[in-house]
Amino acid sequence: MSATPILEVSGLKKHYSSRAGLFGDKTTVKAVDGVSFSVMPQESFAVVGESGCGKTTLGKLVLALEKPTEGRVLFDGADTAAMSGADLKRMRSQMQVIFQDPYSSLNPRMTVEDIICEPWIIHGMHQEPAVRAAKLAKLLDDCGIAKSFLNRHPHEFSGGQRQRVGIARALALDPRLVVADEPVSALDVSIQAQILNLLKDLQKERKLAYLFISHDFSVVRHLCTRIAVMYLGRVVETADSETLFNDPQHPYTEALLSAVPVPDPSIEKRRKRILLTGDVPSPLKPPSGCRFHPRCRYLKDACRTDDPALAESRPGHFAACPVLPFKDKRSDAALVALSNDARK
Amino acid sequence: MPEPVLSVRGLRTHFVTPERTVKAVDGLSYDLFPGKTLAVVGESGSGKSVHALSILGLLPMPPAKIVAGEILFRGKDLLKMKTEELRAVRGDRVAMIFQEPMTSLNPVMRVGEQIAETVILHQGKTREAARAKAIDLLKKVGIPHPEERVDDFPHQFSGGMRQRAMIAIALSCEPDVLIADEPTTALDVTIQAQILELMKDLQREYKMAIVLITHNIGVVAEMADDVVVMYAGRPVETASVGELFKDPKHPYTRGLLASVPSIYERKERLEAIPGQPPDLGAGSVAGCPFTARCAVALERCGADDPPQFHLKGGRMSNCWKCEGESEERSHRFADASGSAK
Repeated sequence: MSATPILEVSGLKKHYSSRAGLFGDKTTVKAVDGVSFSVMPQESFAVVGESGCGKTTLGKLVLALEKPTEGRVLFDGADTAAMSGADLKRMRSQMQVIFQDPYSSLNPRMTVEDIICEPWIIHGMHQEPAVRAAKLAKLLDDCGIAKSFLNRHPHEFSGGQRQRVGIARALALDPRLVVADEPVSALDVSIQAQILNLLKDLQKERKLAYLFISHDFSVVRHLCTRIAVMYLGRVVETADSETLFNDPQHPYTEALLSAVPVPDPSIEKRRKRILLTGDVPSPLKPPSGCRFHPRCRYLKDACRTDDPALAESRPGHFAACPVLPFKDKRSDAALVALSNDARK
Repeated sequence: MPEPVLSVRGLRTHFVTPERTVKAVDGLSYDLFPGKTLAVVGESGSGKSVHALSILGLLPMPPAKIVAGEILFRGKDLLKMKTEELRAVRGDRVAMIFQEPMTSLNPVMRVGEQIAETVILHQGKTREAARAKAIDLLKKVGIPHPEERVDDFPHQFSGGMRQRAMIAIALSCEPDVLIADEPTTALDVTIQAQILELMKDLQREYKMAIVLITHNIGVVAEMADDVVVMYAGRPVETASVGELFKDPKHPYTRGLLASVPSIYERKERLEAIPGQPPDLGAGSVAGCPFTARCAVALERCGADDPPQFHLKGGRMSNCWKCEGESEERSHRFADASGSAK
């Protein structure tokens, strides 16, 4: 592709160090440990992983809310770490965030109107009252918020309505990139569907790029066109979403997909799922070699010592596993046999 | 047909405060059969958790009040039992696991002691025997090195391990009924898959019946034999899991199923249910509580409360649209059914 990515992340690392007591040993959590990807304008890119994989830290690094230990975040080709003052402020108006918890992310003392208009005050935009009123009306309409909500406070609303307010606030500055950190995971399914449809409509209409952070594959499949799967601070696989779902090339992705319960009992009763053994290891002591090797069912000796890099197995499809892409696999019969073996 | 091990009949649990009355559960009935899993599905505020706490008498009263109904365990009404009698059943014949493995274990007690406590209390074992049993149980629920981990405190366990420990406590007396309130909601998907698999294995082994309370439609599809869908404190539909997914009768069930994104297919748009669930404290609403969000509502829906219509194959639906398909009421629910007018 020839266009410049709106967001480019390269070799990004964030390590947190702490000491156990005054004279204790220094320990380092490698929350994000060498992540690279890029997001094109108007693309919806998802980062998927389980708790502790570093996806939320990654979001904070992208938003320049945390300083990276190493590596760079380029927004529209410019390094965010090098920005300060007015540049940083202008850049921030172009990238906004939607938070997971619509209860704690809205100030309980502010009215809905204050919350949505605050970004304009901070950035000195639309100061003409008539312009602001028109902008506000359009925003409310787009986000499905009734006018009568404006003078009320967040506690008067349900989770879904609050999340709409959070979305309106994020879109007030007409950003080009929206980082959405688990925006629907606190919502009930019927409300979740409303918000997902809203996010999809808004993207089309406002030409947004999304960096969508989630643990929920079904939600991601619905909304996103490209996906990165994270495990213990690393991206283990990226591909466009159809390819990733149909032919995962990393054993972790494969197991993660298989673990998602399917809302259809006729499929559920038939399929054999791949069960991972054990828990996610502590990021304080990531395993040697491939970080996934203690839970992997394709384990080879080399996996214990060699840390695999992302390799392109087909155009645009990268996976950090030297074993799985060359397995003769994927027929259902083979999968069933494999998962039976894993059970023994 | 086997006798149900647990029958809920017209259960109404209300929260009464001087300002208002919240009808958290308002007319719930179902039968749970031995060795089967019944899923109680609903969104936040539908009354699914309150119903579970009502079964075990774990609600603070007041403000909670069970206004009507029976909860029959092997034919005996748990609601009429004296505290002592109920205590003998609770944790022994009917056990429960909770959503938050973090907060439902005692943080200052060793995991092994928490398991042993139940065994000592209900089976009168000695401390040594109870400890041996605790190690056995930890092994059974898949905790590695149970001889060492038995002396750990809960904070030394991961989330998945804590839920396994909770299951070990619940299983310690080999209960007839296990009530699982959102047992995997706080867990990652790969750990959720492990825990669900464990529950299925143990159910087969102990021939337990499970009441599975969840909002996750995927988990329902995987685990349940029968399903009760709840909305605003009421049951709206009861059916076997296959029937429910194949041919949902109630518009709320249809909406719920359509609004779930699937990992197997990419839909252009999800069919969301418009609007919000009603506020249960805002006074009683006439008619069906789903009317305001219902795409196919009839005029009478806003005025008349639909009763529970009994349909073919033992299905039930609280929707006027099902009136035509209704068979004669079964005798079972005829007297105690709360939704009958």
